[in-house]
Formats: sequence, C-alpha cells, structure tokens
Amino acid sequence: MTAVVWIAVRLAIQQISTENGGVALMVGPLMPCHSLVTAILILDGRHDYQKLGHMPVGAASCRDWALGVHIKPIFLQGPSPGARALIAVVLSLALIVADHRFRHLDRARALLSLLTAPLVYSAGLPVLSAAWIQEIFVSRTELEADKRHLHQENLILRARLQQLEALEAENMRLRDLLGSSFKIGDRVLIAELVSVDLDPYRQQVLVNKGSSSGVFVGQPVLDANAVVGQVIRTTRGSATVLLITDAAHALPVQVNRNGLRTIAEGSGLADRLQLPHLPNNADIRVGDLLVTSGLGGRFPPGYPVARVSEVRNEPGKPFATVIATPSAHLERIREVLLVWTLTPDRVPGTQESEEMTPPE
Amino acid sequence: MTLARHQNGQAILVVFLIALILSVMPIPVWAQDFRPQWVALVLIYWCLALPQRVSVGSAWLLGLFQDVLSGTLLGQHALGLSVIAYVIVKLYLRIRIFPLWQQSLTVMVLLLLERLLELWIMGATGQPTPTLWYWLPTLVGTLLWSWIYIVLRDVRRRFKVA
Repeated sequence: MTAVVWIAVRLAIQQISTENGGVALMVGPLMPCHSLVTAILILDGRHDYQKLGHMPVGAASCRDWALGVHIKPIFLQGPSPGARALIAVVLSLALIVADHRFRHLDRARALLSLLTAPLVYSAGLPVLSAAWIQEIFVSRTELEADKRHLHQENLILRARLQQLEALEAENMRLRDLLGSSFKIGDRVLIAELVSVDLDPYRQQVLVNKGSSSGVFVGQPVLDANAVVGQVIRTTRGSATVLLITDAAHALPVQVNRNGLRTIAEGSGLADRLQLPHLPNNADIRVGDLLVTSGLGGRFPPGYPVARVSEVRNEPGKPFATVIATPSAHLERIREVLLVWTLTPDRVPGTQESEEMTPPE
Repeated sequence: MTLARHQNGQAILVVFLIALILSVMPIPVWAQDFRPQWVALVLIYWCLALPQRVSVGSAWLLGLFQDVLSGTLLGQHALGLSVIAYVIVKLYLRIRIFPLWQQSLTVMVLLLLERLLELWIMGATGQPTPTLWYWLPTLVGTLLWSWIYIVLRDVRRRFKVA
C-alpha cells in the first residue's frame, strides 16, 4: 500500500519537474510533496526519512532525486524477506534430503560443476605456478641424480615383476586344479589430484580425469601403496573420490595372515579405520595386514588396505575395538591410480590367459 | 518506472567469485582450521550494504555454488546462507549504525548461526561430529570483519556499486 502511494508521489514530482522547467516555479509546487513523502516515511516506521534533509534544490537535481538516482530506494521490492527465506529454507532442506537419500541430483551437480570448473582451476593456480617455477629452476645435477635413481628403481621393480609373473602363472595353474575362476589383470590410469580443499569434514578428493577418460561411478582408486577409495561422482574432466576413511565408506577386507573376513569402516579421520564387527575372541593382532577381500564386488581382491594398530578386548562388550591405520598416505597423495578390473570371458587356465594387459 | 536503479553489479559478482575461490584455495594443513567463512562474510557485507540487490535469493544461489564447489550435500551451505541473509535483511537498518566492534559481535552471532545449521545438517545425515576446532572460523571471521567491512566499502565506493 505505502509503496503504491510512494510511486504515485514520485510520479507526481516527476510530472511537475518536467512540465515546469523553471527553477523559480519548482520550489512552490514541490513543498507539499516533500512533506507528504516525509509523512509517509514516518508512518512506515522507516528511519531513512532524515535523508530528506539532504533533498536538493533546483529543477534538475530535484528530478534526479525524484527518479531515485541519488538516494537508494527505501522499500525492498518483490515478496517479503520472510516469504523468500521460507522458500529458500524449504528448497534447501528438500535438496539435502534428495541428495542424501536418493541419487537424483548427480546430473544437476555435474551441470553446476561445469560452471564452477573455472573457479576450481583458478583456486589451484597458486600451487600450480609454484610447482612450475620450481620445475624451471631445478638444476641439471638434480635431474641427473633423479634419473639415476629412477633407473635403478626401475631395474629392481622389473626383477620383481619377473618373479611376480612366474608366481601368477603358478597361481593360475593351482587355481585351475581347484576349478575356480580367476581375474587376469587390471588396467590402470594415472590421475592427478586437483589442488583444491574440499569440505574439511568429509574425506574426499577431486582428481583430474573424468568420464571422458572412461572413469565411472564406483570405480576403485589406488595409490602406489594401497587402496585409496572409490569414485562417487564424475564430470567430463574430473571425478570425486570418496576416501576409505570417510564415515560413509565401508570396505570388505580380510586379514592377510589367516583370511579372517570383516568390514573396515571409515571414521572421518584421515588416519583411522574401524573394524567394528569382530568378536572378542577373533584372531587379529596388532600389525596384521588387511587386504581387500573382493566380496563387495567393487574392489579387486588382494590389494593392501591398512595395518591393525590397536586391538582392545573389553569383556563387557560383545565386540572388540579394533583400529587400523590406512597403508595409503591419504593426506599426502598427489597421484592416484584408477583401476579397471578385467574379468575374462574364457575359462581361466587355458594357455593364452598368461598374457597380462599392459598398463596404460 | 523502477525505484531502484542498479549500477555496477559486476563488482558484487567478482567479490563473490573471489570469496568462493578463497573458500576452496589449498592452504597448509595447520591453517585449515583457521580458514574463515569467506563466502558468509562477504554475503553479510553485501546484504548489509545493498539489501535491495543482495538478499535471500542470491544467498541461496551462492550457497548452492559453494556446495558444488566444496563437495558437500547440495543445500548444506545454501540453508545457512539464506537464513543469515534473512536475518540481515530484517535488521540491516539497525546493524548499519552500530560501531564496528558491535557490528563484529553481530557478525559473530550470524557466523555461529551458519555454522550451527551446517552442524545440524551434518548430524542429521550421519556424518561424524567434528571437534571443537569446528567453531574456530567464526572467531577468525569476527576478528576479520572490521577489515572486510572497510575493504568492501572502499570497493563499493570505488566502483560506484548501488
């Protein structure tokens, strides 16, 4: 209501000031308008009416003032803030529920993240440029030393690989005797972490390979030492990886020493996994290596996950408290391996299954 | 005839973008607990200065972008930011005339409110409760407020944002 009166008054002022161009004629007709506006403002309970004290004199500036060029508008327009806030809160809650309970919003998120991609890139720029400058000024001797070191490492790794191939062939023969199927090998792709700090209260990282490289949701992610996590969202050029230590992550594992199967749950802390379902008399000790059991169907079996760091038996409780430390350096990883598990169509043990798919 | 004549909205947009970048920019691990709520702080300033332009709707959209950027649940930041925008749009005439130290205290309450709403969402969706360090950014934000206020006021005057 007051807004309508306000607009009417302003229109009237504009009308007057455009019709009577002369300075002398302006002051007379404007005075009643002036007091009317003041009255409306006071009635409306606004404290801005003092501003009218600065009301300019003179035709041009008077018109400008009336058109709202010099002062800010006093009334907020559109629906009331209360209604807007209510809509916003309801929408947010609906989004949270939809995002948490169902997986409907991944497309919307992928679309929005196209818009935020430049922001992500520019956030990483300082780190990128620092690395670039460091690379430029690295000395020749350092590079040579590096190369020698890598060469030696490569030799050692190759020697180990020979042994591994022999072992794998042997394993395959034995499994053939048992009549069980076997996975031949894995294809891997190296991805780098994008340098942004995601929400510090979730354990997740962003990597620079996305669905255009064939990355899919649910794909296992490793680093040089152990299992890192799995892909939960992909866009064309990036993927979000949920680390095994996130509170929403659980991973089927087995103790390497005796094959005891259990589930390792994330705790939300980067250096802790919990094994909550082990009874007090379970055969598990500090220092035991946990490897993936492959039972969940997502992770290939046999990759190291964590080492048991604490076993507490509390007689009053049905389950033991078992804490493990992830073998992957989750806080320091710069590169990760995305893994495609290759399942053979043919029956394993036939002679041509000896070939390994070379890693990309 | 429109009452409001908006000018130079690009400056607002650029400031928001910078705040979003700052909120995900990689910093050393020890400093991560001290990272202020840049987006909330900047939003508080613009709501205070130009409630006709920046209010609940912009806050919600901004929150949504922050959610996408930082990988939280969609709506987690949007909820908190739209609520603080609402409080400011209701009270901006009062908060504006406060001296800076008093304004800082008001800002602290708003930042705590945003944090509290976020904590509530985290609790409701089964994420683990963070440690007490979780509240440190509000304190840092409170201390930074005078500086942010003065810098953004200069930005607003320099680029004649209205």
